[in-house]
Amino acid sequence: MSDRKIRIMIAKPGLDGHDRGARVLARAFRDAGMEVIYTGCHQTPEQIAASAIQEDVDVVGLSCLSGAHNYLYPAVVNLLKEQGADDIAVIGGGIIPEKDFQGLYDAGLKGIFTPGATLDSLSEWMFENITPRE
Amino acid sequence: MFTKELLDQSSQMRKKWEDEVKKIVAKHGDLKERWSTVSDLEIKRLYGPEDIKDMNFAEDIGYPGQYPYLRGCQATGYRGKYWTFRMFAGMGDAKTTNQRWHYLLTTGQTGLSTAFDFPTLMGYDTDDVHARGECGKVGVAIDTLDDFLTLVDGIPMDQITTSMTINPPATALWAMYCAAAEIKGIPLNKIGGTIQNDMLKEFIAQKTLMCPPEPSVKLISDTIEFGTKHVPRWNTISISGYHIREAGSTAVQELAFTLRDGMEYVEDAIRRKGMHVDEFAPRLSFFFNSHIDFFEEIAKMRAARRIWSKAMRERYNSQDPRSWWMRFHTQTAGCSLTAQQPYNNVIRTATQALAAVLGGTQSLHTNSLDEVLCLPSDHAVQIALRTQQIIADETGAANTIDPLAGSYFVEALTNEMEEQAWDYIHKIDEMGGMVAAVEKGFPQMEISDASYLYQRQLDAGEKIMIGINKYVTEEEIEIPLVEIDDELEKIQIERLHAVKRKRDNKKVKECLKDIKTACEKGENVMPYCIEAVKNYASVQEICDIYREVYGVYRDPGMY
Repeated sequence: MSDRKIRIMIAKPGLDGHDRGARVLARAFRDAGMEVIYTGCHQTPEQIAASAIQEDVDVVGLSCLSGAHNYLYPAVVNLLKEQGADDIAVIGGGIIPEKDFQGLYDAGLKGIFTPGATLDSLSEWMFENITPRE
Repeated sequence: MFTKELLDQSSQMRKKWEDEVKKIVAKHGDLKERWSTVSDLEIKRLYGPEDIKDMNFAEDIGYPGQYPYLRGCQATGYRGKYWTFRMFAGMGDAKTTNQRWHYLLTTGQTGLSTAFDFPTLMGYDTDDVHARGECGKVGVAIDTLDDFLTLVDGIPMDQITTSMTINPPATALWAMYCAAAEIKGIPLNKIGGTIQNDMLKEFIAQKTLMCPPEPSVKLISDTIEFGTKHVPRWNTISISGYHIREAGSTAVQELAFTLRDGMEYVEDAIRRKGMHVDEFAPRLSFFFNSHIDFFEEIAKMRAARRIWSKAMRERYNSQDPRSWWMRFHTQTAGCSLTAQQPYNNVIRTATQALAAVLGGTQSLHTNSLDEVLCLPSDHAVQIALRTQQIIADETGAANTIDPLAGSYFVEALTNEMEEQAWDYIHKIDEMGGMVAAVEKGFPQMEISDASYLYQRQLDAGEKIMIGINKYVTEEEIEIPLVEIDDELEKIQIERLHAVKRKRDNKKVKECLKDIKTACEKGENVMPYCIEAVKNYASVQEICDIYREVYGVYRDPGMY
C-alpha cells in the first residue's frame, strides 16, 4: 500500500450543466481523504484527458446527465489510451440506462454509478478499486 | 391579530396540552427527535395563535388582488381562469417537436413550452465541436430560422402563448419567434409568451453559460426594453428559482436568490435604460419549483408574492399595482423523483402540483414519471397533464382562493421564510448586489453546502426517499425508454449546411457586423438580431459575436 492519497479528477464532459451530483461527490471524496480536482462544467473529452495527465490523477470520474454518455465517456478513455495514460482509471455516473452498461464497460470504464448510491459506498468503492500510483 | 383575552385563554389551554404531550412522550417517545422540512427548517409539533399574534391583518395578509398580494394576484382566483396547463416539450428535430406540440394541444394543454437541446441552449450550432453527441437529446435542435419555421408550423401564434426555455442565446431565439410571426403576418403586439432569459440563475445553478455576468445582464435589459416598446404581451424574463432548487438549494435560498436576481434586473433596467420601473415591471414573470415538502412550498410561494410587492413599493418606489403582483410559473421537482420504483413519481408529482395550486401559481408543468430515466413518453406526459386536470376539475382545490390563509402553521411558516429570505437579500445588498455576489461565488457555495447536507442526511436515513433509503425493492424497471437516434446529428448538420448554401451570405455578414457594432456601442441588439435571423444567420453566428465582444465565461468549478 502506498501512503499517497488517491487523486481523483471529477469532470463534466459535454454541455450538460447538471453539476449537483458532481459537486456533492467532489466534497464527499475530499472529506473521505482523497485529493480532488473538479473541472467545472462544459469540458471537451480532449480537455479532460489533457488535465488528467497534467494533474497526474489516479482516476477520472465523469458525470453527464444529458444522454450523451455513450459518446463522451468512451472518448475520454480512448484519448487517455492514445496518450499512453491508460493506467488512469475512468469511472462514470449519471442517468445511464442499464442497457448501456455493457457497452461502457467494453469501452474501458472501470465503474458505472447511477442515482441512489450513497456517498460512503462510492468512497469505499474507490478505496477498494483504486490504488494510488507511485 | 388576536385579543388579549383570546391569547390568555390559548396560553392556558396550551399549558394543559403541553403537559399531556410530555407525559405521553415520556412513556412512548416520538418516532424521531427532530422534525424538519426537506430544506431542514425545523417545524414545531403544533402552531397556535401565539405564533402569528404579531401579524397585522391589513398589512400582512389582506385580500387577493390587493397589496401585499399574499393571497394571490387575481381578485377572482381560479374561478375566472385556471392556471395554464403548460407542459415543457422538445425533442429531436423541429419537425418531431412540432408534432408533439400539435399532440399536446389536442389533449387540452393551454400553452406551449419549448425545451431546446444543449447546443442550442449554449449558443452552438449542431456542426460545432462542442455539440458532438448532444443533438436533439434533451430538447429540440434549432440552428436557423428554417428550423424555427418548422417548429411553429400550424401553431396559431396569435392565440397560443409559447414559453421558451432559453438563456444565453435568448436574443437570437426570441428574434426567430418575432421573425416567424412577421412572416406569418402576425404583428409583434399580438404575440404572447415568455423567454426564460435569466442569466443570474445560470451562474448560480443551471450553468448554461456564455458571457460573463455583467454583459449577460446588459443583453437581458435589451430584451426588457425591446419588449416594453414593441412586444407588450411578451414576458421578456422568467426569473427562475426552479434550477436553483434543483441544484440543491433550500426553499429559503430558492426564494431569496430568485427574488434578489429579480431586483438586480430591475435595477439594471432602470440604471442602464433609463426606464421607470412601472414601464417594464408588470411584464416580469417568475418561475418556482414545487418540491415535496407540501406546506413549505405553499408558504414559499405566498412569501414570494409578499416580498416582491414590498420590494417594488419600498425599494423601487413603484406606483403601479400591476408592478407589485408577482406572477409565476411552477414546475414540480425533477430532483425529488426516483429512478427506483418510478410509478411512485406520479404520487410525488401530484402532491407537488397540488401545493403549487394552493400556492396560487399562474401556470404549471407537471413532470412525467419517466423523466428521471429519459425523455418523457407520450403516455407518461398524458398522466402528468391529467394530474393537473384532476386537481382543477375534481379535487375542489380551485374552488376558493388561498384556502390555507389564516392557518397558524402556514402563516407562521410564511413569515419565517420571508424573514430568512430578507436576511439573504440584505446580505447580498451588502456585497454590492447579485452580480457581485455571483462573482464571489456566494450563492453557489450556499447551495453546495445545502445539497451536501441533504445528501448526507439522506445517506444517514435522517431524510427519506421511498425506494432509495426506505422500502427498497429489487425490481426490473419496465418503463419504455424514449431515445433520440444519433443519426439525427448528421441530418441536422446537413440541413444547416443546406441553409448556409442557399442564403445570401454577404447579407448575413452585414447583419452580423451590425450586431457587433450595436454590442460595442451599447445599443439594443434586438432589432439587429431580428434582421439577422430573417436572413438566416444561425444561433451560433450571433452568439459568437457576443463571445467575441463580451468574452467567454468559464465555469470556475466551485464545490
